[in-house]
Amino acid sequence: MKIVIVGCGRVGASAAEAWDAAGHEVVVLDMATSAFERLPSTFKGTAIRGDGTDEDVLRRAGVAGADVLLALTEGDNRNVMSAQLAVEALDVAKVIAKVNDPLRASAYSELGIATLCRTGLMLDAVNEYLGMPKSGLPGMLAPTGQHHGGDHHLETSRTSAPATEAARGAAVEA
Amino acid sequence: MFVLVVGGGKVGYYLAKELIDSGHEVAVMEKDPTRARQIADEIGSIVIARDGCEGKYLAEAGSNRADVVAAVTGDDEDNLVICQMAKHHFDVPRTIARVNNPKNEALFRHLGVDELISPTRMILGSIEQDIPVHELLHLATLGEGELELIEAHLQPGSPAIGRAPRDLDIPDGCSLFAVIRDGLATPLRPETILREGDKVIAIGKQECEAMLHGQLIGDPEAAAVR
Repeated sequence: MKIVIVGCGRVGASAAEAWDAAGHEVVVLDMATSAFERLPSTFKGTAIRGDGTDEDVLRRAGVAGADVLLALTEGDNRNVMSAQLAVEALDVAKVIAKVNDPLRASAYSELGIATLCRTGLMLDAVNEYLGMPKSGLPGMLAPTGQHHGGDHHLETSRTSAPATEAARGAAVEA
Repeated sequence: MFVLVVGGGKVGYYLAKELIDSGHEVAVMEKDPTRARQIADEIGSIVIARDGCEGKYLAEAGSNRADVVAAVTGDDEDNLVICQMAKHHFDVPRTIARVNNPKNEALFRHLGVDELISPTRMILGSIEQDIPVHELLHLATLGEGELELIEAHLQPGSPAIGRAPRDLDIPDGCSLFAVIRDGLATPLRPETILREGDKVIAIGKQECEAMLHGQLIGDPEAAAVR
């Protein structure tokens, strides 16, 4: 599978390492090249410095048509926007956005984006360990609603053809 | 009307001030406490020192009874999320977003934001008006964003020179309705013969642009979407 990870923090880097080792085609994006130091020297995928909410950057990174996009930056809204760009404009089959605000996490799952809410996940892990009842907060939510584009996605006149080359050129040696 | 303004920067501040002066009920959300205090000194206790992206605070600010939510922060992703939350979670009838990257306009519109204001696009538009260009000039976006008001400056080489609109192959859903010649605007009739230097004003769907370009400017391959 072709998997794009936006945000190379601990979770992003660990996911990249594991999926790369499992033989998937992994592309990691982060605004800071220093974040790529978290990737192991054995990482065979692509690491690109850039803003994951910028459609041009995503296109250059070859995101169009990827199987999965996982948005894991520290900003809930950046993650939501990356995920929506991926699904609406770039034909990515499956998108997951980390959204730590429980209200936003459930709202966006209803808008057709799978969300991952650390608040609920952590609290319930603790609750389980302590034998307390579940928090009722969202954890990992599958999309329940349709994304806005429905069947017809955004039509864009731009092509992604020359993009991959450029992205390769800008790729950072991990 | 109750207007919830999210983002207390320069735009949000002056917007709130104007709205108050026109007699509207206004609340401003600004996440930076220092900035919030600063503008609260000027416009009073309607300033809420909270992050308007956070669902809980959006609810507390009364977004469920807002007539309009205007998201005017400096970050596109925040403005998008504020408008989407307002629209889909709090059923706000009208949402307005400031868009900094003009490329985000299509996405925002597609995702249901009612109205977009793009300072970048506006400034770009006014610069382009001052520079003679060989391409189509976008004057405005109409309707739900599907229609464009376009100006075509007929330069030497334009296939339209010496011909009348009725002899041109104008795509469906597109209309040439006025011509600016010698500084005067006149209605463009089907039989008006076009001349070099004419500025033809057209309204049409975005998709018609390439064809219009071919008919009025020439060389359709150079059609640039701006």
